[in-house]
Order: sequence, then C-alpha cells, then structure tokens
Amino acid sequence: MQTLVAYVENKPGVLNRVASLARRLAINIDSLTVGPTENEEIARMTIVAHTDEKGAHRLEASLEKLVDVRLAENVSSRALLERDLALIKVSADQQNRPHLMELIKVFRARVVDVAPESLIIEVSGAVDKIDGLLEVLRPFGVLEMARSGRISMTRGGDLLRPPIAPPESFEAVTTESK
Amino acid sequence: MKLTGAEILCESLTRLGVREIFGYPGGAILPVYDALGKSKLHHVLVRHEQGATHMADGYARASGGVGVAMATSGPGATNMVTGIATAMLDSSPVVCITGQVSSKVLGSDAFQEIDITGITMPITKHNVVVSRAEDIARTIREAFVIASSGRPGPVLVDITKDAQQTSAEFDWEASAPKLPPKRQRTNQDQAEFDRAVELLNSAKRPVILAGHGIMVSDAMRAFEQFVRAGNFPVAMTLLGIGCFPAKDPLNLGMMGMHGEAWVNNAIQEADLLIAVGMRFDDRVTGDLRTYAKTARKIHIEIDRAEINKNVKVDAALVGDAREVLEKLIPQIETRDRSPWIRHIAESKGDSAVVDIQSLPDNGHLYAAHVINDIWKETHGEAIVVTDVGQHQMWEAQYYHHNRPRTLITSGGLGTMGFALPAAIGAKFAKPDAEVWVVVGDGGFQMTMSELATIVQEKINIKIAIINNGFLGMVRQWQEFFYDKRYVATPLVAPDFAALANAFGIRGERITKRAEVVPVIRSARESAETVLIDFRVEQEDSVYPMVAAGASLSDMIRRPNSPLVETATEP
Repeated sequence: MQTLVAYVENKPGVLNRVASLARRLAINIDSLTVGPTENEEIARMTIVAHTDEKGAHRLEASLEKLVDVRLAENVSSRALLERDLALIKVSADQQNRPHLMELIKVFRARVVDVAPESLIIEVSGAVDKIDGLLEVLRPFGVLEMARSGRISMTRGGDLLRPPIAPPESFEAVTTESK
Repeated sequence: MKLTGAEILCESLTRLGVREIFGYPGGAILPVYDALGKSKLHHVLVRHEQGATHMADGYARASGGVGVAMATSGPGATNMVTGIATAMLDSSPVVCITGQVSSKVLGSDAFQEIDITGITMPITKHNVVVSRAEDIARTIREAFVIASSGRPGPVLVDITKDAQQTSAEFDWEASAPKLPPKRQRTNQDQAEFDRAVELLNSAKRPVILAGHGIMVSDAMRAFEQFVRAGNFPVAMTLLGIGCFPAKDPLNLGMMGMHGEAWVNNAIQEADLLIAVGMRFDDRVTGDLRTYAKTARKIHIEIDRAEINKNVKVDAALVGDAREVLEKLIPQIETRDRSPWIRHIAESKGDSAVVDIQSLPDNGHLYAAHVINDIWKETHGEAIVVTDVGQHQMWEAQYYHHNRPRTLITSGGLGTMGFALPAAIGAKFAKPDAEVWVVVGDGGFQMTMSELATIVQEKINIKIAIINNGFLGMVRQWQEFFYDKRYVATPLVAPDFAALANAFGIRGERITKRAEVVPVIRSARESAETVLIDFRVEQEDSVYPMVAAGASLSDMIRRPNSPLVETATEP
C-alpha cells in the first residue's frame, strides 16, 4: 500500500482525471480523500493505492503531468501522521451497553448518537486503531459503518506546500516551423 | 473590441500563427465556420474527421509546430478519436477544436451531443469545455502551450454553440495563458549527473538509443556533437529515424523487432546504453528479462513517468534532451572505440556490402526494390509518410533518411489509414518539399476518401501503394506463428489506378521491376498528384524479425532469399 499526497485545482472534473489516470495505469485505489485547503483555488488529496513503489512512482509522475495537478508526492516512506475517521452504528441494548461504553473509553472514541437499540460511535485515528475498535465491536453487531478514508501529513518540518508561484511567462507558441 | 466567440477563436488562431485548419463542418460548429469564411485562415475540407486529425498530426510532425483540426459535436468529435490517440502515443502537438451543443442543453442528450471531453480524457494531454465567449482566447492560447511544451501531445477544446455566438470583449494582452503553477522537477541531482558522466567515460561498448525526443527538443546539433565527442555508435528507434544522418558511419540503423541483426546484437552486447528521448517500447526491447543484460543504462528523458517504467536505469537525467546533452558534452572524454565499432561492423557480414540493386531480376517485384528505388530517385530528400505494417518496416530499412522530420509514421498506436491524410498535412506544412506516401493496400482502403481532399486542394503528393493483396504484416504473423492459416488477411482491392482516375488523379499500375524507376521518374516530373499501384510479391515477409515477447537475441533471419537483409549507400 502506497500513500500519495496531491495538490490539485479545486474545480469540476479534476477528481475524474485523477481517478481515470489510476484506472488507466491499472492501479486500484484503496481510499481517496479530497478537501479544500487554506487556498480556495487548491484542493488537497490523499490517495492510498494498492501498488508497489514502482507503481507509486509512475502514478506520482503521471499525476504531475496532468495540467490540473500542481504537485503529487509519494510520501509512503516518510514520517507520516495518518488519520481516518469512522462512524460506526452498533446494536446496543440495556445489558451490553456498559461493556460497550468501557471499550469506547479504551479506544478514546465517542458516542455521538444514542437510540434505544443502537449507538453511533465516532472514532478517529490511525487506520490500525479503527480496525482494532471495529474488531472488538463486531460481536455486538455492527449495523452500519462510514469511513472517511485516510488523510495524511508529513511530520514536523517536512513541509509539503502547493506551488503558488505566479504563472510563468510562456514563450510565444506558433505553428511555424522550428 | 467586441467580437463573437467564433470570431475570437479565428482571431486567436491567426495570432498564434495558424494558416491551415483541417476540418469538417456541422451544426454545433457552424458559427465558427461562418467566422472562418471572413478570416484569413485556410480551411481544408476533409472527407472524414479522422483524416482531419491525421492531417493536423502530419502537419505538426513535418513542421515542428502545432497542427489544428476541427469538427462538429457528436459523431464529428467521436470520429477524431483514433487520430487523437495516434497523436498522443507519438507525442505530437495537435489542437482539436470541436463544437458542442449549447450550454443550456448540455447533459440533456441533445441532438449530436456527446461527452467528448469524457471520451478523450485518457488520450489527450489535456482537454477542456469552454462555455463562455470571454474564455475562448485564453483557453486556445493555453491549449497551444500545453500541446507544444514539455512532452508534446494533443489537446481538445470543446466549445459550446452559445459561447461561439455570444459577443465578448477581445483583449489579446489580457488573455495570456494562466496555467496552474507547477513544481519544477528538472534534473538537479548532481550525483545522478556525475554518475552518468562516469558511466559515459568508462564504457567500452556503448550504444546510443536515439528517439523521437531528439527531434521534439530540436536537439539534432547537440546530439551530433555528443555522438562525435564520445565516438558513440547510434541505434535508432522508428520515430528517431532522421534525427542523425543515416549515411554517418556511426549510425547503425533501426533497432527492435525489425531492426537489423547487428543493431540488436550490438545492444545485447553493449556495456552501456544511452537512451535519449525514447521510452523502451516493447517493440524495441523484446523480452525485458533478456534485454541488454550486460549494459548499464542512462536515460535522458523529459517525461519523469517514463523513468524505470519498462527498463530499470542506472542514471536518469530528466529534462529536455538538448539541455541535458549540452550539459553533458563538455564532460565527455574522447575515447578510441575502434575495436567495438570494428566488432559491430564485422557482425554485419555480407548484408552490409551487397546492394539489393545489384541482384538479378528474377521476375518478381519486391517491395524492398520499390522503396529502395524511391529512395535513390528522390536522393533521400523526400518527406516519406507511411502507414502501418510491412511497407512501414521496409521503408525504415530501405529508405535512408539523413534529415529530421522526413519520416512521418504512426509508431506507438500503429494506426492504419494514417499515411494518406498525414501526408496531406505534411504537404501543407512544407509546400516546397517532395512528399511521398508509402502505404499498403489495406491501410490505403481505410482513408482513401481523402483522395478527394487532394483534388479539391490541388496539392501535389506521390502515392506508392505497396499492394500485395494481403494484410501483409498480419499474414506474416499467421505464416510464422499460426501455421500459415491466412484467416481474414487475403484482401480484395479495387483497381487503384482506375480509382485514382475516378477522383481525377493520374494512376499507374506496375508489375515488373524494370518499370519501377521509369514510373517514379515520370511521377516526380508531374506537377500533380500521381498514384502508383505497385503489385508486389504477395507472400514476402519482413526480415529479420524478433517475435513479440521474444528475446532481442532470437531473430528470425531471412531464409535463402534472393534479397539480403538491407541495402547500403550505393
């Protein structure tokens, strides 16, 4: 599994181009998250792909060839902070509720909705942590689950900023012969 | 100045230096055609939109500039798909302009509405829908920049009918391209550069693999200096042919599936491969597990996505070929390579010294003779545009190109039907050049309707149909790998000479070797297009051949043939 971060133009059709590229390269995307950045023109993607280092290089370099992608970077081998958010609806009755609450506390998750027969648990963290909670919740009966997909950021001073340099001056292009 | 979107488009194209547009009108592009009629732009009416894209492609490849194709929405646009893909695979700068239904009805399955940007997303370098007149000038300028910069490729601009019809302020200065800023990823790794220099200066048996990128970056001079500095033997890819003179003793010839045996052997025995502007295509490498096992590899390439894609390299110099070569040249230490060059020369054996022209006429007409005669009669100076198949490989083997942009051929996609329209485009790019089409009887029948375009435009090209009554290359594979079961390859064709006459073009039919030179001479003397139907040997094959997926070392050689493997300078 490889993780890439990309800064793309925040406009219609860009997600399609990115997804279409992965499809063309026969790379399966495990998760893809996209959201706005502090610059409204730019969106940030975290792409988690089922591929090896070579495939990730190809994906990264090919993504950067897209006009609407400002930067793409394979961050798999860097010190990363990774977060996934999950909402898990689990069946809960009077009897097992205390036990459930205990587990939720251990995993530092939160109960965000309470109904007579169920609870919705919100948990965020590394993928392993969410998978771990899911594992222990399964015996209670997981009724429904929604996961956000991973967002990743390199740690500390390892900055990954979008290029926002003013557009370079383009050479005159003509159809005349060289 | 207020202009309609259609007028803005024509004015922008004119300011970008466009003279010809290859296209076909229709409902959703009609406002543009109305404006075209009032502009100085020359519109070439094609007979099928595929032809328009190949013409724009041929124009781009012959000139080094951008070619422009135009079509209406729906079927006009979808007919362009093969031509766009052809340009994509061969990195050719083509801008395709399509009409689209009005923005108010977009998405309603209106008459002749199709999502052409969706369809062409994976086969264009970029594409875009324009639905406002005020965005047209900037978008077209951006399209030209994208198509021709870096690794070139096709760009499609889909303009809605209302954007063509509404008026907007036309301000050329204010509509300068505004493309998203990119991280600059040039080769700044000094260690990688030093490693390349070290490899170049320590190699005993180097071979350069010269590709299309040398022509794209206009690096011919730098490349020649680089070759001379290091005394490096040069092998060519199909699309690289012409970037270094065929007559130069250091030019070994074409590599790969139908490359000469000594070229492929040199690659297999090399201790260093220097790949310049090429992408290690499977037709060039054969089986990757056995490819150039003893060689270290340097890859000079502008497209980072090509690095280590097929072949793992020891030093990757990402950047424009000319810039990288110019940086390398002062670092090259001249080495005596005579033992290595002599070794390669010796491996040529007889095939390099026997001229096929000296072989006696045994009553058969071989395609190799026809192409070799065209080469001799045109003094190797013509622009030759080929289709795809046997004749394409024979052209690469028997027509020796000394100048860049004189062989125009569909390499990556292998598009049959490319030759005739691409040659029309090449003729518009180089009106004073002698342009020859070398095409098979199969491919010719795919786009032969463009003969009418030739007549309507009154242009002068020469068409040599290498007619063997088969889809020759497929037949050859059936002969070699399917036990001669010729399924769907025998091909009925019309009488091409009579067909030419029906279009108002002079047509000739040649069946004997003695007639070849006279007909070429007579065609060259004509100021008009001449079509020659060469009825060649039916079951001749292209040798040598590396079977698909086989090792480059395992070549199928020509068995006891009246023809040797190649011709040399007379």
